[in-house]
Amino acid sequence: MLNIGKIEQGFVLDHIKAGTSLELYEHLGLDKHDYTVAIIRNAKSNKMGRKDILKVECDPSAIDMDILAFIDHSITVNVIKDGEIVEKKDLVLPKEIKNVIKCHNPRCITSIEQELPHIFVLADEEKEIYRCKYCEEKYTRKDDN
Amino acid sequence: MRHLMSPLDFSTKELDDLFDLATDIKNNPEKYAHACAGKIMATCFYEPSTRTRLSFESAMTRLGGSVIGFSDANSSSAAKGESVSDTIRVISCYADICAMRHPKEGAPMVAATKSLIPVINAGDGGHQHPTQTLTDLMTIRSMKGSLSGFTIGLCGDLKFGRTVHSLINALVRYENIHFIFISPEELKVPDYITEMLDEKNISYEEVISLDEAMPKLDLLYMTRVQKERFFNEEDYIRLKGFYILTKEKLEFAKPDMLILHPLPRVNEISVEVDNDERAAYFDQAQYGVYVRMALILTLLKWAK
Repeated sequence: MLNIGKIEQGFVLDHIKAGTSLELYEHLGLDKHDYTVAIIRNAKSNKMGRKDILKVECDPSAIDMDILAFIDHSITVNVIKDGEIVEKKDLVLPKEIKNVIKCHNPRCITSIEQELPHIFVLADEEKEIYRCKYCEEKYTRKDDN
Repeated sequence: MRHLMSPLDFSTKELDDLFDLATDIKNNPEKYAHACAGKIMATCFYEPSTRTRLSFESAMTRLGGSVIGFSDANSSSAAKGESVSDTIRVISCYADICAMRHPKEGAPMVAATKSLIPVINAGDGGHQHPTQTLTDLMTIRSMKGSLSGFTIGLCGDLKFGRTVHSLINALVRYENIHFIFISPEELKVPDYITEMLDEKNISYEEVISLDEAMPKLDLLYMTRVQKERFFNEEDYIRLKGFYILTKEKLEFAKPDMLILHPLPRVNEISVEVDNDERAAYFDQAQYGVYVRMALILTLLKWAK
């Protein structure tokens, strides 16, 4: 049994798809800060079989919920204050995401325009389809899973 | 600031107003001969497109305005590596409105976000060409009297043809339109279009033979079937005759059917059809100027 101490303030991200926590760690930009982070991979889960968990000691505003929701909106977000869970956040797919994924259409203006942000807009919530704001190239989250 | 990036940027009410204005311009050209006096349009064409560029230039000139611009990327600062964002900031200082054509998809949208003047997408790669769609709608409305209640056949390359996709997307906003898609199996209309029609409960048929569809059509929109789109030469030779419109094929058409084509034509409409009174493709080019005149006036008015 692995023992990881409680955090006082921050987040516990639970029910992360097994094997994807490092990707999430990078997308959330946690590598750019000096937060205390515990990454638990392949933990046993009744619901999922195996899952990853991220514990982050940080300010409650430090995590971009839109990025988190885009990557996997089935993740359970527990907000921790004074060592206790004070809130469980529901994640909803963001309407727009910026610089999280890149447009791979070689004919898109993002392929040549200097410092142009890669923006994807939610086109179909049910099918989880995003489209590049500029060229409308399709990105389906479900294909990625 | 309003721009035109896609035909769907305008509501059907705004399109009606635009087409009313274009009709008034057609009927009373002298009334608008100086409507843009003192105004400058920049035509920023990063790839050559003589027809579209001249249509815009003709439109602005007929409104009494002036035109500046470039007709390919090599004669612009893009050859030195300048971004679209920087170019449009500078162009905004020189002109009152800009028509931009660019090989990269979304380039006019990038320009629009940085521009101080209205930007018209004059074609961005295989993505959008909204003024062609406005031209098609204007032609149909003017020559058929309405944008609803007809059967339209779209014939040829329905898979890659952006003008066809844009026209379908624009027409689904009107009532009682039945689509007949006429193409070889290899060049069928993409699934996302038929799925969209299914979702909206709009009726359509997919057929291979133009002859079979002809008697039902109120409008026939022709496009070119390019040899390079076929997987093998045999299929191309077998099918190419299916999609060439001739006088003989027209014998089965309704007497008031309209024949449209975005032009340029290569060989998909026989020259002998030009004299048929149903041939509307050169009228279409003329309506393209009127609708661009109306668009310039409307965007400049909204920019005030």
